[in-house]
Amino acid sequence: MSLFEYAVLAGLFYGLYFALVGVGLNLIFGVMRIINLAHGDFLMLGAYGAFYIYHLLGWNPLWAIPIELVVFLGLGLPLYYLLVPRLQKSGDPEMLSFILFFGLSQVIEALAVFAFGNDQRSIPTSVFGGAPIHIAGQIYPSSWVVSAAVALIGIVLIYLYLYHTRAGRATRAIMTERSEAVVTGISVHRVSAVAFGIGIASAALAGIFSPFMFGAIEPSMGLGITVTSFVIIVIGSLGNPLGTVLGGILYGEALMLMQTFLTSWSEMFPYVLLILILLVKPSGLLGKAVRSA
Amino acid sequence: MPKTWRSTAVIVAITLLTFVFVPYIYNNQFLLFNMMMYMALALGLNIIYGYTGYLPFGYVGFFGAGAYGGALAITFLHWSPYLAVIVGGGAAVLVGMILIPLFRLSGAYFSIANLAAAEALYYIVANPHLESITQGPYGISLPQVYDPNGAYWTMLFILLFALVLSGFIRGSRFGLALAAIRENPLSASMSGVNVVKLRSISWLLSALVAGLAGATFGWYISVFYPETVFGLGIGVFTIVFVLFGGIGTVLGPIVGTLILYGAYNYIGISTPQYFQLVYGLIIVLLVLFLPNGLVSLAKRRGIDVP
Repeated sequence: MSLFEYAVLAGLFYGLYFALVGVGLNLIFGVMRIINLAHGDFLMLGAYGAFYIYHLLGWNPLWAIPIELVVFLGLGLPLYYLLVPRLQKSGDPEMLSFILFFGLSQVIEALAVFAFGNDQRSIPTSVFGGAPIHIAGQIYPSSWVVSAAVALIGIVLIYLYLYHTRAGRATRAIMTERSEAVVTGISVHRVSAVAFGIGIASAALAGIFSPFMFGAIEPSMGLGITVTSFVIIVIGSLGNPLGTVLGGILYGEALMLMQTFLTSWSEMFPYVLLILILLVKPSGLLGKAVRSA
Repeated sequence: MPKTWRSTAVIVAITLLTFVFVPYIYNNQFLLFNMMMYMALALGLNIIYGYTGYLPFGYVGFFGAGAYGGALAITFLHWSPYLAVIVGGGAAVLVGMILIPLFRLSGAYFSIANLAAAEALYYIVANPHLESITQGPYGISLPQVYDPNGAYWTMLFILLFALVLSGFIRGSRFGLALAAIRENPLSASMSGVNVVKLRSISWLLSALVAGLAGATFGWYISVFYPETVFGLGIGVFTIVFVLFGGIGTVLGPIVGTLILYGAYNYIGISTPQYFQLVYGLIIVLLVLFLPNGLVSLAKRRGIDVP
């Protein structure tokens, strides 16, 4: 029984972390209706940022949080104006975005190989204090608890931005009905650019903790993480940031239980889960119907 | 006879002559084989993406299903490789049938679900528990039927089949109905087009081409691993080639593959360390500046492209 309880609590930690991994991808899809297939690669860049801050400067990886938030927000804004408005003028932005951002992910990965090399890297898990944490009679690495806590804070901040600020209200207006938001006088591009920046910065934030949650980092880790993020946000429903938390926790729980009790099939599990959920409820667990024919 | 059918006959003749005679002056057979394979895949993908607008991001799943279907027929049934290629096509069609419910999804959801389906198939095939059937992660080996020339001519035949199929669809009422589905499924169904049936047929035809190509590829290289035939790169290459040439035409996928795959090989041989960077940059620039492909350059000047 204790193995089961262990898996459930571990699933909760991982679930909260996975929610942070997915939330940026979801925000960008919700606002711009484009699929950022380079999401995982921004996460990878964030991970290397933490790695070098720890190994070159000797600082605690937590210092990477403020630095990377500024850097990636600053990176996201020009990148938005460079790519997205042009893409949205094309015939089928939703489909073409797949291919465009796949290309971007290849560029990032190639540059990362030049800059960081192809080796796997990691950060010792002891940086957050060596002692494991006891919760409900079970023992967990302190890095899991820290990662889950930071993820929770990050998601709450995004929630507060969306639901308690003027810009956030404008963002939600664009999500609901883009054309009417334009008519109301919302400057769609400025609001979208900020959402794009937040989406990328949240990926980088999740990246800081990926050496602890995924074990090791390497330049080619991006695509797998992007697919995982898809699973998470589709479970919750595309475009709904709150659904992502639900999706992350469901995913984390299911993954931990599979790894504990059905190890050899656990790798294909996320994909099967994704297909099943799409077929049963195409718009995700919290979504509205989207299909027209 | 529609004009498209006549132009297709010309394209078929040129393609046939090219791949029959180029081996006499250029001896890298594997490159020519891959060129034909990607042309066939591009035409196959075009049947579903170009003609109906659904983008299967996991198109490689059919390719892998074909490779494994063919390999299993050779290993366990000891069939001739030619029959095994047909079995591979059948395996892909079977996977396509299983995936038909995905058409309940629209747009990005369909693409993502298809990607997930291809990955799920990969993990099933690569699962160590199925070693007695698929050899799991340890790969397939078919030395008993190794025959690169036989596989080369088979692939040429598949390419011509894909060409004839694409040309026929484009010039027929069936192709017109598919175009109507692409532009607006709702209006199409109100005008009496059986959306579900026609879309499923083009989906299965698309799967068939990829399965035949996959089985022939497995036969040609005769030693392969799950990640060789399920690598997402194969599907993405194909999508990029189709986009570069121009979707929804017969000539576009052929020309796109010829130019881009040729360029990729040039970079891959001369400066392999920059391959991924250049490959990615080409995709980005292509989508931003030429989203309708090379064909759109000709169409803009009033030239009709088959």
